[in-house]
Amino acid sequence: MADSALHDIPSVYEPSLFGTYSKKIGMWLFLLSDSLTFGALLYAYSYGRISTANWPTPFHSESIVNATIMTAFLLTSSLTMVLAVRASVDHNAKAQTLWLLATMACGAGFIILHGREWSNLIAEGLTLPMFPKVPGHEAASEFVNVSRTVPQFASTFFTLTGMHMLHVTLGVIYLGVVALRRKFIPILLVLWLVAWLATPAYSPFHYGAHVLLIAAIVCGIILWLKPKVYDSSDVEVAGLYWHFVDLVWMFIFPLVYLMSAKIL
Amino acid sequence: MEPDQIAIAERVAEQHRHHKKALFFWVWGALLVMTAIEVYLTYQNMEPVKMLTILMGLSLIKAALIIGFFMHLKYEVSRMKWLTMCSVVACLILMTIFFFPDARRIIELGVK
Repeated sequence: MADSALHDIPSVYEPSLFGTYSKKIGMWLFLLSDSLTFGALLYAYSYGRISTANWPTPFHSESIVNATIMTAFLLTSSLTMVLAVRASVDHNAKAQTLWLLATMACGAGFIILHGREWSNLIAEGLTLPMFPKVPGHEAASEFVNVSRTVPQFASTFFTLTGMHMLHVTLGVIYLGVVALRRKFIPILLVLWLVAWLATPAYSPFHYGAHVLLIAAIVCGIILWLKPKVYDSSDVEVAGLYWHFVDLVWMFIFPLVYLMSAKIL
Repeated sequence: MEPDQIAIAERVAEQHRHHKKALFFWVWGALLVMTAIEVYLTYQNMEPVKMLTILMGLSLIKAALIIGFFMHLKYEVSRMKWLTMCSVVACLILMTIFFFPDARRIIELGVK
């Protein structure tokens, strides 16, 4: 009785407190909480750096060039993301998809360069106890002593940059789902197989590749339970996440790389 | 989406249509230039504290540009701007209050 009476009332909504739609407010709240996660990690890194004698400065000019190109990739991806949002509000579906794919390509470029950077550092001896042993590791060993004498460097570096790399990877997957919907799932599975089979068993990426498999399963379930055509609000919300990932890197790049550059 | 949400989303989309694309290219260019300045400063053999101050200053400007223009916060209502920014800044200040005295103590004692 009460329910039927309620359903008869015409819909009257209060105006939005924050002048925007709920999805966007939800994403902002998530990003605020995530910024505290990265804030804590950046503080932990800085604390370790200040309080530890002989903090290593392992980044040669090649590493700095590599990280600078990575930064350029992320900044460019933010521009293409803004253009994707613009295309979506103009109801230009083709341009929207193309700009989203361009954003994903820049993000993928960032991940590949970052993976290369990690692999080089690990090959030179900078590692964590949880990483599998690299064959010929002791012989190569520029940073073996660093890992032994200043373990805080390797642990804070890999945690901070690894967390960011995970966010970029999830961002690329998120954009892939928004751009291609169900068509993206088989692509994701192929990427998982390639990443898994192409990386040697001692590489952390050999196991890290399973993130793609888990993401494919989760995205498959979401798209199966709630198939929909993503509109401009979905693209804008995805864009907020992507810009946040870019924003965090603007602090990691100078704090971690530039402040630890090896100057000859 | 609910009808009110669709109406709000359409209003937000209308706001986006009013921004000129050139503005975003300018912001992107400014971010790239500031990154280049950061890399240049790295190789100038500056005192670490001075360099850290300049790098963090530039990072804050870059963050403000990304949040304001790319994340569109500059064009949101004041209530949204103040709530989001004040809450995150307050939490970061709390972290600093816990972190800073101890870090300062270590600096003053000297790292052996």
